[in-house]
Amino acid sequence: MNISHHIGDELLLEYATGALSEGWSVAVATHLAMCPHCRARLAAMEATGAQLMEGIEPPPTTETDEMSWSLLSERIDTVDQETSGEKPIRYEPRKERTVPEPLYSYLGGNPDEIKWRSLGLGAYHFPVKLGDKSTSVRLLRIPAGKPVPEHGHGGRELTLVLSGSFSDANGRFGPGDFEETDDDIEHQPVADPGEDCICLAVTDAPLKFKSRIVRIIQPLLGI
Amino acid sequence: MQIAMENGTIARTPPPPTLLAGRAAVPGKTKDARSRMDDNADGATAPDFAKKIEAVGARQDKQAFEVLFRHYGPRIRAFMLKRNADRQQAEELMQETMITVWKKAALFDPARGNASSWIFTIARNVRIDAYRKTNRPEFDPNDPAFVPDEVIPADEVVQMGQSAERVRSAMEVLPPEQLQLLKLAFYEEASHSAIAEKLNLPLGTVKSRIRLAFAKLRDALGERP
Ligand SMILES: [Zn+2]
Repeated sequence: MNISHHIGDELLLEYATGALSEGWSVAVATHLAMCPHCRARLAAMEATGAQLMEGIEPPPTTETDEMSWSLLSERIDTVDQETSGEKPIRYEPRKERTVPEPLYSYLGGNPDEIKWRSLGLGAYHFPVKLGDKSTSVRLLRIPAGKPVPEHGHGGRELTLVLSGSFSDANGRFGPGDFEETDDDIEHQPVADPGEDCICLAVTDAPLKFKSRIVRIIQPLLGI
Repeated sequence: MQIAMENGTIARTPPPPTLLAGRAAVPGKTKDARSRMDDNADGATAPDFAKKIEAVGARQDKQAFEVLFRHYGPRIRAFMLKRNADRQQAEELMQETMITVWKKAALFDPARGNASSWIFTIARNVRIDAYRKTNRPEFDPNDPAFVPDEVIPADEVVQMGQSAERVRSAMEVLPPEQLQLLKLAFYEEASHSAIAEKLNLPLGTVKSRIRLAFAKLRDALGERP
C-alpha cells in the first residue's frame, strides 16, 4: 500500500490520549491498521503519555500502598493470566478480508458483502451502527468519474479511502489515504475515472436527518 | 494543510549514533523518575521493568509484580486522580490496571515498545472504559488484513527499549507552553478544542504547538518526519 496522506498530529493525539470518541476513532484505527508509519507516530505519542505518567510525583502515602498491595496480591491469586487478547476475533482461515479491523467488524463483512443503499445516480451508502451518537459513520461508494456526495457541510469530516481513488483541492487520495477537512472548506471531491471509489466517511452527527438527505442527493441531482 | 506536512514515507533508517547512545546521552538526570524508582534495586541502577513484566508473564513471578506495583501503582493512582476521580475511584482504577498488567503480561512484547508505554496504554484504556459507555475501536495485529511493519532491524529493537529515556530527555527541553498542552491532553483527556477553551487560546495556536512538540519528540526518537 502506498499511502501518502496521513492522520494529522492533533487528531492522532486525541486518539492516543483517549479523548477521541468512537465514530472518529473507527476511521483513525482503520488507517492505523493499514499504515505502519502512523503506528510509529502513535507509539511515540504513547511513549510521551507514559513519561508524563512517570513524571507525576506521587504523594508519599505508604499506608495506602501497603493496603493496595495486600489487596492486589490476594486478587492476582484468583485471576487467570491470558495467553491471547481479551476479545480474540475469530478469523476464518479461508476467508479473504478486503478491509482490516476495526472496520470489518463494524461492517459485518467486506464491502462487497454488505447491503448498500442507493443514493441515486449510481452512488450508494452503508450507514455504520455504533454506540456513539455524536457522529455519523458510513461507507460511500461513488461511481468512477462522479462527485463524492456531501462536501463542505461544515464541521469536521474524515475520509478514508478503501478502494479506488478520488481527487480534490488537496490532491489525489488512493487506498489507505486519510483526509481530514474542517469547517466550510469547499473541497468538491470527484472519484477518479476507471474504478468506483469506496471510502469511509465520518462526520458530526446531523442535527436534522431529513435535511441531510437533501444535502446528500443535492449535488448528485444537481438541484 | 496537514497533507503537505504529513507527506511521509516510512523511513526506517537507523537513528544517528548519538541518539542510540541512550542512557549515556542523558547524564545528570538525577531528579527524574528513574532515580526515584530504586526502592527495590540497590540504588545504583533502576530495575528493568520490561524484564519484570516478562517474569510475570513467563512464571507468575509475584516478586517481580510487586516491583512493578511499587513503582507504577502510586503513579497510576495519581494519573487517575488527574481526571476528576475521587480517591476511592482512583484506587479502584489503579487496581484494575495492575490486575490487567498481571493478566496480560505474557502478551507484552519489548520489541514493540517500552514497559512504561505498555502500562500507560493499559491505564488509559481502563480509564476510557470507566468513563465512556462506547467502544474504543482498535486495530488488531492478528488480523489477516492488517498491514504489518517492515522487519525491524536489530539496532532499532535496542532503540525501542531506550526510547523512554530519549522521550524523557526530549521532553525536558520542550518549551513550557508545549509541555502544558501535552499534560492537559494526557492527564485530562482533553481534546484540542477543549484545551483551546481552557487556556483561552486560538485553536490554530493549540494545533501548531502540538505539531511543534511532536516534531521535536519524533526527532529525539530518531524517526524521520
Ligand atoms: Zn498513516
